[in-house]
Formats: sequence, structure tokens, C-alpha cells
Amino acid sequence: MTTQTSVSRKTRHLPVLWAAVIAVLLGLLPFVVKDSFTLQVLLLAIMFGALGASWNLVGGFLGRVSFGHGVFIGSGAYTTLLLLHYANVSPLIGIPLGGLISALLAWVVGGPTLRLSGHYFAMATIALLQIGLLLFTNWDWAGGATGLEAPIRDASWMLLFRTKVPYYRIAVLLAFLTFCATYFLVHSRVGFYWRAVNGDEAAARSLGVPADRYKMLAFVISAGLTGMWGGFFAMYVGFIDPDSLFNLTTSVQIVLVAILGGVGTLIGPWLGAAVLLPLSEGLRVMMGSSGAGMDLLVFGLAILLVTLFLPGGLITLRRRRRGTSGR
Amino acid sequence: MLEALLAGLFNGLIYAAVAVGLALIWGITDVINFAHGEFLMLAMYAAYWLYTLGHVDPTMSAPLVAVLLAFVGFLTYALIIKRLQDGPPMTVILATFGLSLVLRQVAFIAFTPDYRTLPDTWLSGSVSMAGISMGRPSVVTGLIALVMVIALFVLVYRTRWGHALQAVAEDRQVAALVGIPPDRINAQVWMLGSAAVGLAGALLTTFFYVFPSVGTVFALLAFVAVCMGGFGSLAGAVIAGLLIGVIEAMTGYFVAPALKTVSIYVLFILVLWYRPRGLFGRW
Repeated sequence: MTTQTSVSRKTRHLPVLWAAVIAVLLGLLPFVVKDSFTLQVLLLAIMFGALGASWNLVGGFLGRVSFGHGVFIGSGAYTTLLLLHYANVSPLIGIPLGGLISALLAWVVGGPTLRLSGHYFAMATIALLQIGLLLFTNWDWAGGATGLEAPIRDASWMLLFRTKVPYYRIAVLLAFLTFCATYFLVHSRVGFYWRAVNGDEAAARSLGVPADRYKMLAFVISAGLTGMWGGFFAMYVGFIDPDSLFNLTTSVQIVLVAILGGVGTLIGPWLGAAVLLPLSEGLRVMMGSSGAGMDLLVFGLAILLVTLFLPGGLITLRRRRRGTSGR
Repeated sequence: MLEALLAGLFNGLIYAAVAVGLALIWGITDVINFAHGEFLMLAMYAAYWLYTLGHVDPTMSAPLVAVLLAFVGFLTYALIIKRLQDGPPMTVILATFGLSLVLRQVAFIAFTPDYRTLPDTWLSGSVSMAGISMGRPSVVTGLIALVMVIALFVLVYRTRWGHALQAVAEDRQVAALVGIPPDRINAQVWMLGSAAVGLAGALLTTFFYVFPSVGTVFALLAFVAVCMGGFGSLAGAVIAGLLIGVIEAMTGYFVAPALKTVSIYVLFILVLWYRPRGLFGRW
């Protein structure tokens, strides 16, 4: 941080290089690790890391906390599966299109909601989530309350595989792209504008930052990335229904991943996902037989503990250890 | 038509009763309590067990439940909120969300997910007014809710203590300067708001199912009511609660029952579009 101004051109984008190395290593991992549960947990951690990173554009850098990103997962997932189901369109087109539709949706709902701040914005996003849930539950053409399934086949151009490994590699690739997108956005002028609006919107406006346009940009990009992941999620799980997509707990999990790692930092969400997802999936397996939703209870406790004792996220641990001025 | 309107009004009174406690806590301490619905759930279970095990009718046990919930509210404030209230608002929201998950899952484990009802309370039966018959429990509950809301209004806007609350809501530091202890006031507000939801919850058991996730049914509507009414406005929350009840009933009657909740959320977004601070928001 301190040397940011004096870094030379060569080392400037070092984090991207690191991300590429990690992505390649993760991509090679299935040659070593054959256990499908481990791969599943890794894939989920990568996916939630990416969702958290996308959310972070709005929630962290812009400072507008959205509890309704499930809407964009949902619109992306439904676009992809509906296209596959009714028009036999490959998800290779469907997933980007899902991201586009989500971005469009964000552009439409961003008008009335982005003017809100603080609690009002959070509540408005929850309302959007409820609207999505209720509309898709009652929309019979889109599967209604029972949901939609992807066919079970082996067709690589349709992104239908019987094993997890191809999905896992796609997730790694998408995650790398997500990281690059967030990295370059945050380090460009756009990112500085976002942080200026977050710091003091009125002051930023008076200095000539076109705040409305940049707020919308953050929301639209964040939604687009989230929608893309929604499409991927639909193909990976092979089944979607309104209750699992437009669920407040899922949306909060995205927020939690970012908070656990560190809000408004580039690697925070990935860090948070790397800790939270193995924990919650592991608990689900361990407690699964005892029933009664033990995993949700532990999830709730985890939220409470993190917010009480680590409000700045895991990333502050390192800073604290360095022993500078307290925080 | 008239029947639907009346039913909507009485539903709205109950939403208002649930929302008013939330509005109080949000307006004065600037915290959205996401566990508000779970407080309602706890109140309903308390009333349920008092009836089933102790044979105390919900109308009698309601004050007792309110006291119990005030205690829950105090604990929540002292153990969780107090430590976080100076941090970013997001962490407080998340903490109360975590609390709500914990309470709900504990209820699942302790009380099983069964839907329970109280078969025969003092309020069971129906009343008819001008040819329209309605369930007596919902009418009486609605009326008690109305009385409670009025009492809260008097308390907040007409008493010395209420003025202290408003002072704290206005500016914590200045309130502390003139000798009002903000932390104590905040704790009292949490107790009062939780007691209000306790009273509403106990009465709700006379005509609504008790189950571990019952809170989410009412809490989301209460959030919408409070937000639509506007930050810091008790009257706004009550009016928005009534409005929600009526709109819900009217959409169910004229359009389609399946869409009655959608219309509320759409209305909510529209209200925020034109009035970003809610209908009666203070700023």
C-alpha cells in the first residue's frame, strides 16, 4: 500500500500474474486430487469467492450493500436453462447472455434503487429478491415452483458433463476472468471514482465525478458477473428452482464471504470463501445425518462471531500481526 | 369486497403492531433488527407453551410474554448491538441476521418443525358486524394492536422519557452532553420494541400457526412497512402497515391471490423511487 505510487511498470500488475499462477495450479489439481467431494468444495469456494468479488464492486468499493444479488444469480441461471430447454441454445452462448440479461435487469432496477443509501438500499434489494422469488414461483412456463432441469447427457458443446472435473476447470477459468475484471476496474479511474462516491458522495459530485453514471456502472458490471456465475451454477447443479436461487440466506452468504475476508479489498472475498465454504460444506457432511439443519445453526453462529470479533475481516489479521498502530 | 377490505384492514393492524417495535428500534438506535421476526416467533412459542403446559390463555399471558421479550431484547442489545453500534451499519445488520438464523435453527431443534395451533382460546369464534362476519381472534387482536400503537405514540411523543428518546435519536453526543445517557436509552428502546413484538406475537397465536420460521412471514412485511413509512417515523410505519394489509387484500380479491405479496414489494419499490426516504422519512 505504502509503495503504491512508486511501483515500477513491471511489478504493477503482479497480482494478476499471481492469480494466473494460482489458477493454473488449481486447474492442474484434478490430476492429483481424485476425490469428488474435495473438488465439489473447491468449486463451491471458487464460485462463492467470485460471487463475493462481484458483489464487492457494489457492496465494498461503492459502499451500497446489496442483499439481493440472488436476483442476478437467478436471472442468469434461468436465462441459461430456459434457452437450453426451449431453444436448444448452447450454454456457451447462454451463460454470457445470462450475464447480459442480469446486467440489463440491474440497469432497469438501478434507476429507482441506486439513489437510495444505507438501510433503504439494503431493504430495496431484499424487496427485489422477494419479487423475483414470487414471480418465478408463479411463472409456469419457467417451471413454476418445481423448477427446471438440465438434461443428463455427455455433450461438451452443451456444457453437459457427467463428471465434475470439466465444470471445475470452467469455474477456475471464469474465476480468473472475474478476478482480472475486478482488478483492472478497481485500479482504473472508475475504481477511484467509486471509492470517492463511497467516501462522500456530495463531495465527489462537487469535484465533478458523474456519480450516478458510475454507481450504475458498478451495479451493472457486478450484476453481469453475478448473472454469468448464475448460468454456470445452473449448468453445474443441473437443476434450479426459485426457492434455492432467490433465497435470502444465499444472498447473505455472498455478503458474508466478502465480510469474512475483508470488504472493499480485492482478495478479501476469495479469502473469505476459502475459509467459509470448506467449513460449511464439511459441517453439512458431518452433521447431515443428525438432521435438523445443524449446518445453518453453525452458519448463523459463524456470522455472529465474525461480526463481533473480526469486523474488518480476515485480511486485518495480517495487518494486526505486523504490529503497526493497533488496527 | 367490503369483507376483503375489512380483513385487509385488520391484517394491516397486525402488521403495524409487528412493525412498530421494529420502527422504534430502527428510528432511535439506527439498527435494523433482522432477528425481529424471530423475536415474534419466540413470543408465539412462549404463549403456546404457557397455554399448553400452564393453561394460561394467550390474552392473559400476553403481558408476561411481553416482559419476557423485553428481557430478550435487553440481552440482544447488551451482548451484541452495543459492541457494534459504532461500526459500519452492515456489520450490525449481519450480526442480527446471524442471530435470527441461530434462533430459528434452535427453535427447529428444540420444538421440531411442526405447525402447531391453539385449539380453543377465549377468543375463538367469530363476530359479525353489519352482515360481515370475521374471526373474533383477528378482530380483538387488531383492536389490542391499535391500543398498543396509540399507547406507544403517547409514550414517545407526549412524555418526558419519550423526549429523551427523540433527543438520542437526533444526536447521541449532544444528548449525552445534556445528561441523557444514550446507552441506557438505547437499551430501554430495545426492551420496549421487543416487548411490543412480544405482545403482538402472544396474541397472534390465537389465530395463526406457530412454527419455527413463522417470523419470516411477518418480519419481511414489517421491514417493508418500516422502510416504506420512513426512517424514524412511527406514524409512517403504522400507516404503511395498514396500507400493506389493504393492498394485499385488494390484490388478492381483484387480481390473483398468488400475486398479493408481489404487489406489496412493487409498491414498496415505487414508493422509494418517488420518495427515497420513505413516505414520512425524517431526512
